[in-house]
Amino acid sequence: MDKLLEIKDLHVSAQNKEILKGLNLSINRGEVHVIMGPNGAGKSTLANVILNNPQYTKISGKIRFEGENINELKTNEIAKKGIFMSFQSPEEIPGISTLNFLKYAKNKVSDEPVKSFKFRYLLKKYIDELNMNPKLIERNLNVGFSGGEKKKNEILQMLVLEPKLAILDETDSGLDVDAIRTVSKGINMYKNDTNAVLIITHNNKILENLDVDYVHILVDGKIVKTGKRELADEIEKNGYEKYKKVEEE
Amino acid sequence: MASKTKVEDINRNIYDIKDKDNYEFKIQKGLSREIVEEISKKKNEPEWMLDIRLKALEAYNKLELPTWGPDLSELKMDEIATYVKPKTNLNTSWDDVPEDIKNTFDRLGIPEAEKKSLAGVGAQYDSEVVYHSIKEDLIKQGVIYTDMETAVREYPEIVKEHFMKCVPITDHKFVALHAAVWSGGSFVYVPENVKLDIPLQSYFRLNSPESGQFEHTLIIVEKGASLHFIEGCSAPKYNKVNLHAGCVELYVKDDAYLRYSTIENWSKNMMNLNTKKAIVGKNAQIDWVTGSFGSKVSMLYPMSILNGEGAKTEYTGITFAGAGQNLDTGFKVIHNAPNTSSVVNSKSISKDGGACTYRALVRISEKAKGSKCSVSCESLMLDDISRSDTIPVNDIETDEVEFSHEAKIGKISDKEIFYLMSRGLSEEDAKAMIVRGFAYPVSKELPVEYAVEMNNLINIELEGSIG
Ligand SMILES: Nc1ncnc2c1ncn2[C@@H]1O[C@H](COP(=O)(O)OP(=O)(O)OP(=O)(O)O)[C@@H](O)[C@H]1O
Ligand SMILES: [Mg+2]
Repeated sequence: MDKLLEIKDLHVSAQNKEILKGLNLSINRGEVHVIMGPNGAGKSTLANVILNNPQYTKISGKIRFEGENINELKTNEIAKKGIFMSFQSPEEIPGISTLNFLKYAKNKVSDEPVKSFKFRYLLKKYIDELNMNPKLIERNLNVGFSGGEKKKNEILQMLVLEPKLAILDETDSGLDVDAIRTVSKGINMYKNDTNAVLIITHNNKILENLDVDYVHILVDGKIVKTGKRELADEIEKNGYEKYKKVEEE
Repeated sequence: MASKTKVEDINRNIYDIKDKDNYEFKIQKGLSREIVEEISKKKNEPEWMLDIRLKALEAYNKLELPTWGPDLSELKMDEIATYVKPKTNLNTSWDDVPEDIKNTFDRLGIPEAEKKSLAGVGAQYDSEVVYHSIKEDLIKQGVIYTDMETAVREYPEIVKEHFMKCVPITDHKFVALHAAVWSGGSFVYVPENVKLDIPLQSYFRLNSPESGQFEHTLIIVEKGASLHFIEGCSAPKYNKVNLHAGCVELYVKDDAYLRYSTIENWSKNMMNLNTKKAIVGKNAQIDWVTGSFGSKVSMLYPMSILNGEGAKTEYTGITFAGAGQNLDTGFKVIHNAPNTSSVVNSKSISKDGGACTYRALVRISEKAKGSKCSVSCESLMLDDISRSDTIPVNDIETDEVEFSHEAKIGKISDKEIFYLMSRGLSEEDAKAMIVRGFAYPVSKELPVEYAVEMNNLINIELEGSIG
């Protein structure tokens, strides 16, 4: 199998509090993974740590991407290797239009200069497919965007930047039913045999139109169960009670 | 990632290119009656101007150094030459300006901007204006735009009526110094109801080491007239202190409009002790847009005096202090008539131990009923060793006003940096983008070339050369 991401026995803390407590995860090219888990379990932490957010300290464990140890790389170097994260709450950056930012970032992660014509063509297509207001990209990056607009803008960035691994941290939260469908559509547009997606969610709705390979349950800093698609449905019905109990034993 | 990025002393590229100190005449260092008389004589001035100079010198000798602001002990007047005449006279064609001086202004983009977007240009090199131009059709409409020396000769009545009247020579020690040794600067007169739709620009370049620049800018915008004036300043860096003590006097008559935009980019050995004031008439408006980047020490507090009913002023300013810089700036406004209004939007950025102080004054007199004033200052500190202070003085003598003051001091957000880095930007790129965003409300008010220049300056400051 063609391994993309491999995390082994990862322990992570922030402000002297251990959050991830021996986490293992392996993602191959072409796969769609889902992580579910109670609030505060460490899902966003995991996404942040993969991109080496300096707020978190890795105590031990390894993160490998395409076979290379990326533990010590800077966030922008990891982005350039091909990992993307859609933020649970995207930041507002005044002073640069979304359009110019997209171009700027695309050039930063690309090895060759971006072709203007192709860039515009694809951008227009993505904006159409995501049912976004074309005027939105003329506005400053996320500034004054509604919650839903920000989330769609994250998906737009994913499509434009074409990462090898896209981590989507609750991109579906706070979206209306139509917007959730649009986001799934965006994911399907992005997805192919050579890349992979890791979806962090509390909601099965987003999975409806996706071809999910694995569902992981993350409780108290560890993945306590991995299953197929049905696991998500089971959680929807019964909640995490059972898995929390396992932890306490 | 944990290791702090080291940003070295910046390369200010084009601004730092020094010309040879190739003057025609440089006055002996220091300040004395003889020196003042000699400057006046060199300029062939009328008696009345020499009188003002000598009175000012007297005032200078009596006035104390300000003690409430930055440390000025490094400034030693007996090590400063107050007058340096470049090797040329005033020219009206760039072809006549000596090669080395013309090259300097070319690098700064002045002749280029003149062709594209200006109605007139003045260029001062050390103590004298070396180039002045104005569009033919403006001359026909009675607009005057020339250097101050020419104005003293050709329009003595207007100059006498306004020179050092808006800013009295006793205002503070460096105003007195300015009036004693002033040289160069621009004079603008816009007749009633004449509206200039493209700006005039004066650029002041100080090249000579251990010297001072004391240009005087006098602008009169008559009733119902309108003008956008742009001022730019820069100097290359030397090891010893240079001094800039300019003075700007602006008269905005009833129903007139003046926009005064400035980018100051002095080198970091400059003491910038500058004074700018505007007197604003009935239903008239002055807008200040200011970017202060360079200098070792700046003390600069533009003031609007709203004397006419319904007069308005807006101030939009940004200050950027890096290592070794102490920039003490702020806006002062006097509401002296009913229904006047002022809006202040000030921003400051400090890094590498730089200090920014926003020192403001709002005075609303008894007469100014129905006036409005809103002040907002925001500071951004890029690290823990930099400083930012806000020192507002509000003196409000009537209840019938709307006044609001809002101050925010913040650090650059780690979350924003992480967000941008996750999109492939380096830490320096990310910081520069955030700082440009913070500065954006100011840069968008600047003329385009200056907005671009300001963003370049931010990039230079932040991206520097990384070890
Ligand atoms: N920078 C930080 N400093 C201190 N504590 C943190 C930090 N980030 C996260 N935590 C703590 O770590 C735990 C896990 O947080 P995390 O955001 O990863 O949870 P989550 O699984 O994404 O939850 P949710 O479903 O609510 O988004 C929480 O208790 C949180 O308070
Ligand atoms: Mg989360």
